[in-house]
Amino acid sequence: MTPVLDARGITRSFGPIEVLHGVDFSLRPGEVHALIGENGAGKSTMMKILGGYLAPTRGELLVDGAPVRFADQRDAEAAGILMIHQEFNLALQLTVEENIFLGREKRRGLLLDIRAMRREARALLDRLNCPVDPATRVRDLSVPNRQMVEVARALGRNARVLIMDEPTAVLTGRETDILLRQIERLKAQGTAILYTSHKLDEIARIADRVTVLRDGTHITTRPATGFSEHAMAEAMVGRELSDLFPPKPVPGEEVVLEVENLAVPGHVRGASFRLRRGEVLGFAGLVGAGRTELMEAVVGLRPSTGTVRVNGAALRPGSIRAAREAGLVYLTEDRKEKGLLLGKSLTDNLTLLALDRFGRLSIDADAEDRALTQAIADFDIRVNDREMVAGSLSGGNQQKLLLAKTMLAEPQIVIIDEPTRGIDIGTKQQIYGFIATLAKQGKSVIVVSSELPEVIGLSARVVVMGRGHIAGELTGPEITEEAILRRAMGVGERSGEVA
Amino acid sequence: MTDTTATEAQAKPRRRLSFHVIGPLLALVALIVLGASLNSNFLGYGNVTNVLARSAFIGIIAVGMTFVITAGGIDLSVGSMAAFVAGVMILAMNALIPSLGIGVPLVLAGMAVALVTGLLAGSLNGFLVAKVGIEPFIVTLGSMGIYRSLTTWLADGGTLSLDFAARTFYRPVYYDGLFGVAWPIIVFALVAILGEFAMRKAPFGRHCAALGANEQVARYSAVRVDRVRMTTYALLGALVGLATIMYVPRLGSASGSTGVLWELEAIAAVIIGGTVLKGGFGRVWGTVIGVLILSLIDNILNLASIVSPYLNGAIQGVIVIVAVVLQREGKSAD
Repeated sequence: MTPVLDARGITRSFGPIEVLHGVDFSLRPGEVHALIGENGAGKSTMMKILGGYLAPTRGELLVDGAPVRFADQRDAEAAGILMIHQEFNLALQLTVEENIFLGREKRRGLLLDIRAMRREARALLDRLNCPVDPATRVRDLSVPNRQMVEVARALGRNARVLIMDEPTAVLTGRETDILLRQIERLKAQGTAILYTSHKLDEIARIADRVTVLRDGTHITTRPATGFSEHAMAEAMVGRELSDLFPPKPVPGEEVVLEVENLAVPGHVRGASFRLRRGEVLGFAGLVGAGRTELMEAVVGLRPSTGTVRVNGAALRPGSIRAAREAGLVYLTEDRKEKGLLLGKSLTDNLTLLALDRFGRLSIDADAEDRALTQAIADFDIRVNDREMVAGSLSGGNQQKLLLAKTMLAEPQIVIIDEPTRGIDIGTKQQIYGFIATLAKQGKSVIVVSSELPEVIGLSARVVVMGRGHIAGELTGPEITEEAILRRAMGVGERSGEVA
Repeated sequence: MTDTTATEAQAKPRRRLSFHVIGPLLALVALIVLGASLNSNFLGYGNVTNVLARSAFIGIIAVGMTFVITAGGIDLSVGSMAAFVAGVMILAMNALIPSLGIGVPLVLAGMAVALVTGLLAGSLNGFLVAKVGIEPFIVTLGSMGIYRSLTTWLADGGTLSLDFAARTFYRPVYYDGLFGVAWPIIVFALVAILGEFAMRKAPFGRHCAALGANEQVARYSAVRVDRVRMTTYALLGALVGLATIMYVPRLGSASGSTGVLWELEAIAAVIIGGTVLKGGFGRVWGTVIGVLILSLIDNILNLASIVSPYLNGAIQGVIVIVAVVLQREGKSAD
């Protein structure tokens, strides 16, 4: 079968730096072809070239076997190739139908033909089995429904090739299921799909073929059948990944953090738990179980009732500053919106939390510079240029910078919410190493994670949350996926999912 | 979108940014050269003192405005606040003459009243923005009307005049100086230097920029967001008070039309200087240059008779728009 889109020997340079070295990639009608690789492997560049956003420096693109050259994404769109970005391209204030037809509205004379557009929007959404009303404003839709609207918009433009950039990064488990089923349906209708994700179980489930990129080089293209998740990870990293998780540190006896009867209106009720010195405590639970809200309340970011004691002394409620001064810090799950100032320099970001350590009246620029050097070395942050802004770091390096920023406050207790969201496997392994090292140094760590293997692999004790309260606690060999899920869902309950 | 592409593409243009940095400076130099070539008196002591002393009022306010804008706010009320502060100050001084007599205590008392009134007026704006959570544009649009109207009311629709003897005694604060440099210029220079220090080196400036860039990140980084925001408005109010202290001895009166459009001049100066209107980045030295650019245009139009001085506002408007266009190009290169 002739591939609908075929890229041969694609090379791309930015200035003197070549980031793609002769990559081949093809898409056949009705297949899902996964493109995987670590952050910085060149996936985004490759997708942008295929989608017409970037031109290759060398190499050729063929559509239905005929060479093409895309001047911009509109050329690619005309050839039936559409890219769905991780950050959606939807006008939130407009309705679903207005978004689907944005820029190519149907007219009758001078006026818009609203009835025809509504009919067609309905038909497109039906094709996706999506029950959304075309008259709803996009801002009122859930994230997966917004994604469906993006897909419907692409279909409305007669997409034969869909390029999906980590579509499940922001979805919960159940939402992911829905999306994957829609992808199956599109595939059956003959659409070719390029799919990227850091979640290898999804790749194994949905892909027909898998192409691995590493450092801008094409490593392999193989049928997904018989390509295990472990083998994919090793192909991405380029070395054996025997011990993803470091040995679990042994906690001490002394209780450093004691949370008693904490309640966050609307989210958490009566939560009590303890954390010991040198311990890595896992927090598992379903999405919406209130883990993030509980942790934000513990450090004073949310109004709450109940008591939080650090080393036996009650913490002033509602003050993140008091928490920091007591040695308790929280590392947010949302590094782009709550963690880092993406448009600011690495130094500005690094020292923001602990700025008073760099001078009360005047900030000591030399000390800041030394702190950056130290952070780059300690956390293996890969920077091209010390003057770059935080937003141009790759996701994994942003997470390392956020970790470095948090550790600069010299905390005794660190709460890390989703330590490895959207991060490749090599960097994950490094971050697991950092967490274990912190515990070994006598600090105490709480790891909140929706990835069960992560919670299980890191912690010697796991607290399970379900629907706003603490549903159970597991230690040592009791910690299994099944045990966690049973407690998270509550006895006798069938619905719910883990994301 | 976390791959190298972004990294590579964004690593380079740092050097090109330098135009963005020196742009306002180049414009200022060009204006000085132009002024000097058009009129031989332009660089004379008298004219330079005149331009700088008149710049001082807007300049002192604009330094405060730089912090407000950097922290993601705006203050439209400074012009009417200045009129209000001037009115209160004059009324207070006139009322104190019987008990304090004409002399230094009277002037000091007037200054204290001005600073406190400015501080309170600014704090009120800050309170409504930071604690009550109303949009700064709305709050200060409202207080702009309130302060303006209160001034007109205090003056009963006319003019509030400082007692003649007190005015004569107070005059030197505008017209005299130290080593031939007029007091307003000295005060402006001090405010600018302290402001530049606070913005560039002090935690306060860093916190303002963080807050303007992303309030959530600032909050999660243990920055006392409300307090910082409140402080920017209170500081601006106090600086309006300080500017008024310099302004009252010049004319000795205040009316409903005092300080009209000062807010726009101050905001324009801040933007010309390269501070980003939506917050997150500010520079005080740029604001100083912005103020000087605006005053020089006015001055050159008055000295040279090529273009009518009536077109002053139009030319300043063009400069503001051009400055923002240049700023945007500097950004898209990022």
